Amino acid sequence: MIDFTPFILSFKLAFFVTLILLVVGIPFAWWLSRLKSGIKPLIESITALPIVLPPSVLGFYLLVFLSPDSFFGKVIYDIFNIKLVFTFEGLVIASCIYSFPFMIQPIQSGFESLNKNIIEASYVSGKGFLTTLFRVILPNIKTSLLTAIIITFAHTIGEFGVVLMVGGAIPGKTEVASVAIYDFVETLDYKNAHIYSAIMLLISFTVLLAVYYINYRIKKKHGIG
Amino acid sequence: MVSVNITKTLHGSKGKMELNCDFEISKGDFLAVFGPSGSGKTTLLRVIAGLEKSKGEIVVDKKVWQNDKIFLKPQKREIGFVFQDFALFPNMTVLENLLYVNNDKKFALKLLKMGEILELKDRFPLMLSGGQKQRVALIRAIMRKPKLLLMDEPFSALDVSMREKLQNEIYMFHREFGLTTIMVSHSPGEIYKLANKVLEIDHGKIINFGDVSKILLKTNTSEKFSIEGTILDIIKTDVIYIAVVEIASRIVEIVLSQKEALNFKTGDKIIISTKAFHPNIKLKEKV
Repeated sequence: MIDFTPFILSFKLAFFVTLILLVVGIPFAWWLSRLKSGIKPLIESITALPIVLPPSVLGFYLLVFLSPDSFFGKVIYDIFNIKLVFTFEGLVIASCIYSFPFMIQPIQSGFESLNKNIIEASYVSGKGFLTTLFRVILPNIKTSLLTAIIITFAHTIGEFGVVLMVGGAIPGKTEVASVAIYDFVETLDYKNAHIYSAIMLLISFTVLLAVYYINYRIKKKHGIG
Repeated sequence: MVSVNITKTLHGSKGKMELNCDFEISKGDFLAVFGPSGSGKTTLLRVIAGLEKSKGEIVVDKKVWQNDKIFLKPQKREIGFVFQDFALFPNMTVLENLLYVNNDKKFALKLLKMGEILELKDRFPLMLSGGQKQRVALIRAIMRKPKLLLMDEPFSALDVSMREKLQNEIYMFHREFGLTTIMVSHSPGEIYKLANKVLEIDHGKIINFGDVSKILLKTNTSEKFSIEGTILDIIKTDVIYIAVVEIASRIVEIVLSQKEALNFKTGDKIIISTKAFHPNIKLKEKV
């Protein structure tokens, strides 16, 4: 009998991370897309760092940053009585930072390629910013939003280095599927490693196929990105 | 009545420029704004719409849209705006585009019927031709029942025959709803047909303002008629030269003397005029 706990943990983690990043990412990406000042390249570089940094490096810094000995970790522990290393909460925070660019970049490029005139057309139609955002701007970057959500979700499920560093591999708490596979291989349990890997492969492929197909359909119908 | 008296510093391709416009038009007027590209026409329109900030005063029907203390946002100005690229919302059908502005389905259907595009109401903008998009954009602007209709070169993306049809349509809507309209345009023919007032600007300054007939029909010399064209090519055949000239999207050939041929080159803008001869005029199509 296969133990699905690591998969459930992976999905739970990916769900929370995607939800948090979506709420944070839309305003941040909007701000970044509108930014004209010279600090834009600096902000963009910091945002993109998790893409190029080795996950072990990021994981190491996060481990130090989140530990109860650090200022941030101490404040969180004192106020909420939550420990951020080797816990699920810590994993969520670390994963949010790790997956941040995967949410931001598609949404930002969606905002930047949007025809500015349709935003102004909404304003001269008497509509305020929020109505324009929800009825004109976001629906017209549907494919970018979908890409951002799915890639963030899939990327969080697939992460390994950061979760291992910050979460350890505590079964039932922080041992997600990708880490579990590593454990199986280490203990020479190839049978379970095969089963887990095949499931991960299937999930990843299905998710990507769904995204590309839906994007293809939306573009065909509305010609929008 | 619409009174505009604004200044704004622009940073265009030719460096810094001061846009400075002071004019008044009456209710029901159709004002055409024309001038070379980069002269500030579109900016003037955007300033009136409140899409760009400027110094000065704009008053429409005794209501202040902006002055030293007040600045109404575009949402608070009773305007309809037709963008050069139409700017329809791609995620909405034609009817949804109209109802987004004003949720009055009866009015929307009436306008679609007037514009003869009722059968397109459930289509998305992607499935429309340029002319159809333009009509939807115009009708969408009218949905707000604007005091002032602003149009930024509404015909520039359309071919010649489509332009003519839509010009008639715009004129019909303008009269039917007693609109006051300001339109940016490059084409004297279009202006003559639609507008009753013309504002000519160059380098951000008004250089002419008044009735259409007074401004468009001016001629410098005693020419009986004169038309402008662009030389596309000069061809030498035996002893004569022939210039291929484009006049209002038509290509014609004109015989040149050797002296003339040496003076002109491809790309030159020329004026073709005649005093002595009476041109042959024949009826082509009866209206």
